[in-house]
Order: sequence, then C-alpha cells, then structure tokens
Amino acid sequence: MTEPTGLKSWLTTVDHKRIGKLYFWTAFCFFLVGGIEALLIRSQLAQPDGHVVTAQTYNELFTMHGTTMIFLALMPLSVAFFNFIVPLQIGARDVAFPRLNAFSYWVFLLGGIFMNLSWFVGPLFHAGRLSVAPNGGWFGYANLTERQYSIGPNIDFWLLGLQILGVSSLAGGFNFIITILNLRAPGMKMMRLPVFSWMTLVTSFLLITAFPVITVALVFLMFDRNFGTHFYQVSAGGDPVLWQHLFWLFGHPEVYILILPAMGVISEVLPTFSGKPLFGYTVVVYSGILIAFMGWGVWSHHMFSVGLGPIADAVFSSTTMLIAIPTGVKIFNWIATLWGGQIRFDTPLLFAVGFIAMFIIGGLSGVSHASPPADLQQTDTYYVVAHIHYVLFGGTVLGLFAGMYYWWPKMTGRLLNETLGKIHFWLMLIGMNVAFFPMHFIGLLGMPRRVYTYSPDLGVSTMNLVSTVGAFLIAVAMLVFIWNVIRTRTAGKVAGDNPWHGATLEWAMSSPPPVYNFAQIPTVHSRLPLWNEPESVVQKAPTGPIHVPDGSWWPMLAAVGLPLMAGALIAHALWLAFVGAAILIFGIFKWGFEPFEV
Amino acid sequence: MHKHRRLIQRLLPGLLLVALAACAGPFPQTTLQPKSDLGFAIDHLFTGIFGWAVGVFVVVEGLLLYALIRFRARPGAPAPKPTHGHTALEITWTLAPVLILVMVAVPTIRTIFQTQAPAPAGALKVQVIGHQWWWEYRYPDLGVVTANELHLPVGKTVGLDLTSNDVIHSFWVPAIAAKRDVVPGHVNHIVFRPDTIGMYLGQCAEFCGDSHANMRLRVFVESDSAFNAWVANQKAGPVEPAPNSLAATGKADFQHGACIACHTIQGVSAGVIGPNLTHLASRTTIAGATFPEDSLDLALWVNHAPQRKPGAVMMDMNLKPVDLQAIVAYLMSLK
Repeated sequence: MTEPTGLKSWLTTVDHKRIGKLYFWTAFCFFLVGGIEALLIRSQLAQPDGHVVTAQTYNELFTMHGTTMIFLALMPLSVAFFNFIVPLQIGARDVAFPRLNAFSYWVFLLGGIFMNLSWFVGPLFHAGRLSVAPNGGWFGYANLTERQYSIGPNIDFWLLGLQILGVSSLAGGFNFIITILNLRAPGMKMMRLPVFSWMTLVTSFLLITAFPVITVALVFLMFDRNFGTHFYQVSAGGDPVLWQHLFWLFGHPEVYILILPAMGVISEVLPTFSGKPLFGYTVVVYSGILIAFMGWGVWSHHMFSVGLGPIADAVFSSTTMLIAIPTGVKIFNWIATLWGGQIRFDTPLLFAVGFIAMFIIGGLSGVSHASPPADLQQTDTYYVVAHIHYVLFGGTVLGLFAGMYYWWPKMTGRLLNETLGKIHFWLMLIGMNVAFFPMHFIGLLGMPRRVYTYSPDLGVSTMNLVSTVGAFLIAVAMLVFIWNVIRTRTAGKVAGDNPWHGATLEWAMSSPPPVYNFAQIPTVHSRLPLWNEPESVVQKAPTGPIHVPDGSWWPMLAAVGLPLMAGALIAHALWLAFVGAAILIFGIFKWGFEPFEV
Repeated sequence: MHKHRRLIQRLLPGLLLVALAACAGPFPQTTLQPKSDLGFAIDHLFTGIFGWAVGVFVVVEGLLLYALIRFRARPGAPAPKPTHGHTALEITWTLAPVLILVMVAVPTIRTIFQTQAPAPAGALKVQVIGHQWWWEYRYPDLGVVTANELHLPVGKTVGLDLTSNDVIHSFWVPAIAAKRDVVPGHVNHIVFRPDTIGMYLGQCAEFCGDSHANMRLRVFVESDSAFNAWVANQKAGPVEPAPNSLAATGKADFQHGACIACHTIQGVSAGVIGPNLTHLASRTTIAGATFPEDSLDLALWVNHAPQRKPGAVMMDMNLKPVDLQAIVAYLMSLK
C-alpha cells in the first residue's frame, strides 16, 4: 500500500496524480520557454528599428511563442488539473485507462521536445545557422508554408510536432470522456458534477472533434510539402484559403479548449471563497456546453479580411455575436456567486477575480472585431494581440494560477505562501495590463502584428517600450511564484485535508491523497457533499487492502515510436519510419497483452 | 443616441491624446482619422461599438468591484444565504446582452453590404499585385505601371482589384482603404473615395515571410491636375541621359548587367520579377517603401539588398564603386 518511489516509479507510473504532476512540471517548463521567447520578442520591439534579433530569428520566436504557449503550456497545464483533480472530484480511483493516460503524457513530452529540437539542429540541414525552428506563425498559413516559399525543415518540424501532440490530445480526450461518464461515484449524477469536471468533459469533446480537423489540414500540408500534392497550391488548382477554413475550423474550438478549463477552475474557486454555492449552476453548465457547440459556427470571423463576401461576413458576424451571450451569462453568474457572500481574499480568489476582470476586457474587444467592417482595421494588428492576451493571459493564465494556488495544498500537502502569492498576483496583474493594454492603441494607430521591426515614424515607439516593461514585470512575477514554490516545498504550512473549506470531493481525503484516492468510495447526495453531508464522504482509514495497478514501461516505449516516425520524414530516412512504427506497434502490443493484475 | 455617439466621437481622440501625451506627435498610419467614405463608415461603426463596450465595461466591472468590497468577509458575520439561482434575474442578464448585440449587429450588417458594394461605373480601376515584398500597381485604363507608391485623384471613387503573385499578403492603408487580403488565385476588391489631399502610409498586414515588416506602401491623394500631370509623366518613356554623362554610362552598365533580368525600364529592359523602374526617381521611396529614394540608399540597396531587407530576392550586386556610382546616377535620373 505504500507508494513506490524512485525514478523507475515515475517513468512507469499509471497513477493519475503522478501523471498530473508530470504534466504540470513539463507544461510549466514549456510555459517558461514560451515566456522567454516573449521577452525576446518584446526586447526586439522595445525600440523602432530594433537589432536584438534578426528577422529570421524573430519570425521563429513569434511562431514558437504562440505554438508553445497554446499546445505545450496552456493546454497541458489544464490537462494537469484534469488528471490530478477530476478523478478525485468524481469519486474515482483513477481514470478509465491509466496506461493510455501515461501514453498521452509521454507523447506530449516527446512531441514538445521534438518541436523544440529544431532550435539546435540547423547544422544538420546545412541551414547556415543554428536554428531551423518553425517560422510560419502558429497559424501556419498556406501557401507561405508550402515548400516553394519555406524550403527548410522549419515547417516540417512544426507540422509533424503538431501531429504528434494531436495524438496525445485525442487519447487524453477519449480517456476523460469515458472517465467522467463511467467512473462517477454512486449518486454523482451529471447535474451534481462539479463544474470543473463538467468543463473537462466539454473540453474533451472539443478535443476529440477539433483535432481531427487540424490533422486533416496538416496531412494535406505534409503531402504538399513532401509528396507533391497540390491541396493549397494555386498553380495546380489548389487554394490556400482551404487551409484557412480547416485551420480555423479547428482553431476556434481550440480557443474554447483553452478557456473552458479555466472557467471551470474559477467556478470552483468563487463558491469556496465566498462561502456560497455557485449561482445558477445549471445555467453555467449549459452555457459552457452551448459555447462549445457554438464555437463550431464562428471560424470565419478569423477570416473577415479574406474576402468571403458580404453574406458569409454577415452570417459569421451574427454567430460570433451570439456566442457573447452565454459568455456574458457566465460572468453575471460568477458575480452573483460573490454577491451576498463572505468573500475571503486568499490568493486563489484574487486570481479568480483577476480572471473575471480581465476576461471582460478581452470579451469586449472581441465584440469589436466580431463586426467585420470594424475588424478590417483591427485584424492582423496589435489590437488583436491585445485581445488574445486579455483572453488567454488575463483569462486562461490567471484562471490556471487560481487553480494552482487552490489545488496546490491538495497536490503537495503544503500551502503556498500567501504573502508571496499576493505579491505574485499584483505584479502579474499590473504587468499584464502594462504589457497588453497599450497594444490596443498600438494596433489602432497602425502597427501590424508579426513585424520584426517598425518605423519610428509610426509614433508608437514609447508605447512599445511601455509594453516591453510590462512583459518584464510579468517575468518578475513568475520569479516570485517560482521562489514561492521552492520555499514552501519544505517550509510551507501543512495544508490538512480541506484548507479552503471547499465543498467538492477532492477535499474529502488527506493532502496529498493516498495512492488509492478513496478508502471508501463515497455515496453522494448533493452537489456540495462536504458542505451538506460531510459525515457520508469524509474518508476514514481503509478497512482492507486496496488494489492499485502496477506501473508499466510500455506506454512510454510506444510513445517513443512517434517522434522517430516524424523524424524519418525530416531526415528522409525511410528505415527510421519502419523502426518507429515497429516500436509503436510493439509497445502497444505488449501493453495490450500485459496482465491486468500484476 | 446620436448625441451620445458624437460625444464619444469627440471624447475618443481626447482620451487617446491623454493616454499618449508622452509620445505626442502625428500617427501617419492611424485607423482613427479616416480620410475616405470607407474609412468614415468603419470609424462610425467602431465608435458606436466602442461606446457600448465602454458602457458594459463600466457597469460590469463596477458590479464586480462593488460585490468585492460590499461582501468581503467580516468577522462575526452570519453565514451567507446559500442561494442557488434566481430565474427572473438570469433571464434579465441573458436578454440585456441580446439587446446590446442587436444594436451592434444591425449597423454592422448594414455597413458590410454598404462597403462591399461593387465599384460604380466610371470608378478609377487599379490592379494591386502583391509580391514578396513589394507592391505592384497597374492602371489598366491609363496604361500606367508603378510600384509601392499609389497615386489617386481626390474625390473620385477608386476600385482596387487585389491579387498576389506569390503568397498571401494584405493591403492595408488605414486612413483611406482599410484592409483586404491579397490572395493568390483570387481577386479581391476595395472600393473607396479618398476625400482629402495628402500622403497616407500603409503596409502589408498578413505575415508573408522574412521581410513582412518591410512591405510598406504610400498613397498620394492628389488634386486632379496633380494626378493628371503624374499620369502624363508615367506614360512618357524614360528620361534619356545626356550623352557622355555619368547617367549614360550607368544606362550602359544597366543594359549589360544583371539588372535587366528582373526590372523593366520601358524601351531598355523587360524583366518582370522586380518593380518597374521606368520612373523610379519620381517615387519618394525604394524597396517596398522602406528606404528613402536617394543616392546613398540606392547605392546601399544595389550592393547590399539582402542585408537591408532580409530574404530579398535581389542579390548583392557587388558592383565596383565606379559602376555603382554610374548606375545610381542613371536610376536617379529616371524622373
């Protein structure tokens, strides 16, 4: 019953809590990498005609900043919480497919490493420079990304890396859908499910439906670049606009993949710290579902300048405005949750409130480019850069930090320091506003995005410098957080089972939870079991031995096959593809026939 | 309502000025000072949306702040009432955004159809062709071909037909033409009527490779007479350098050099990869409106194009100083 320790126990783990921690630390490292890329971008733009990096490096930096933050930092940070928290919240011993879960993690890690290797392997391709990192933007618009205009392996690293990461997302998505639908504790009806688990479910459905779309788009691009097809090539009757439709048909649901988990987090944090149930639970859940559905009908609002014609513009403008309604409803419900409460201003609440305050700004600037004529002045300018950072930084990042401070004691057994936490919060809030608010003006005054340099004549130099200062303030805030993590590892206050007086099942057991989670699977009678019926769910010592599955090497081994196969295409080594495929198939075969009870 | 809009319209530049006091000065590429019918239509729409956004921002952030202050935990206070919802209230805050969005959607859709109407008969037609990383302009009815600097008569409706020779670009002149993507295999349109004489800056807005940042442009909106004089000059053949002048040597060098492979000078060369140079010296800028059109910048450009403009197709010409001087003199003579 004691938890195994040592390197092997981590490499072979199938425990959702450990996989959650692996996801967390891996994604956090990538978050720092993406942050350093952002600091380099801001250093280059601190002055007009900047010379910190070259045009080529700048284009790699902004491409990898976006790709890293979206696919390697924010999504997997959300998945870290899916892993650690969801089984606890629904009263399960693990996810439905623990080894598939481990496979998802290893594929994610290797996919991230694969893509970032491109920073260092230029000499292998005689590129004349160290880096052959992706340089076509995180949106990779064809036909710029076709071989004709992007000769090197840069785009191949990008598209193959995304294909690898897609496998991880798909496997994870299926796993959490099955887990949430099938492994709920007795009495945990769907409408008693904590909102974070609900949003995990909704996000998982988006993952399994959206990723096939980008997979198709990427396969077309891969074939165009490597095998002479012409999906996006005008000269042969193809059309680059096809890429844009496919990419944004994935890309807009992807935005909700990034924001819905954070919305789930704050729907947990706000009730706990105001001492009141979530206001309008049903409406919050349904509006989350509605946002996910409607997220499929708005993709062309990323393409208002493409020239799709007035009818398409009018239709996609209308659907985009409609999606503001369920989003607005959620915001009102969150405020109503605070209303009449006894609000305790601990760090998780500060970050949750920061989310609401900043997300409102991002939502409102979003409405202004839901209007196609207005968007014609805003799209591809810094105004949109401001908008996405209010949504993805002010929204997702602040929401995820709310989750970190909230669930940290459950994950580690110790609380993060509150004073450092508050310093972190205020530095981050001020930093992000200094960094991103001026970008609204920078864009409206005529600076396009994705430019490595700009003329002093534009009159936006001072504002760019201010924005750069804000970016470095965010970096300082991150250092405070890291210091907090290091210091409280041994010196942090011991958390106890339920330090925040939370209402959901994850607070019913010790912190950190035992390897088997629940000694007795609880029977649930309400949405807020720890508030309404603590005696029936709080855990006692186990009465007999509890079986937990042993670790397995095979998920990791199988995962190794994927980057090898991808590498084969870049290295033009067919044998490597066969080696990779053999490893993948062998790994899955061994894992499939591994005895269930070891 | 209209009054409010006007108020906001007046306040907006004021607010901006306050925010920008530190870096006062003209903003030659701003979207906020429209100088055409299209620009005004968009600005009007945006101002209305901005007004609604400010209103919603104040109300919602105000409610949030009020709740945070009013309902902060106080020692000894009774436990909060466990309210789960309130149907009437929830219906209200669902309908309120619906109403506001209708107020935004109606003028939006009207403006979409108004601004995307086809060009009227008699509009000045210009073909805009995007290249990595410069702009080609063709006036089919006037027989003029030029690059990077567009000349238009004031008060006359213009119909731009946009397409690309390579990757996707986006033609953006904030004050007069807004923005429209320039897509290979497609022809897009912008229709507008510039109403104020002046020079307007613009640049490519869709990431298009290494020198996306150096794909800039200028638009000169001129009086009819100035525009007609410009057309007449563009239609004339190139200036013939005086015999035995430095420029004449330059012309000979040009004709025997690599230049002719890519550049057209009417009656001299017929390359089509780079910009037409027949009247290069009538322009104020070179290299995608990135550098001023003067002898020094031309010389640097001819011999160091890839350093000055990353990814530039034009090679380092490695001309000897004497040849370089001659070629620059010839190019500078092409008024």
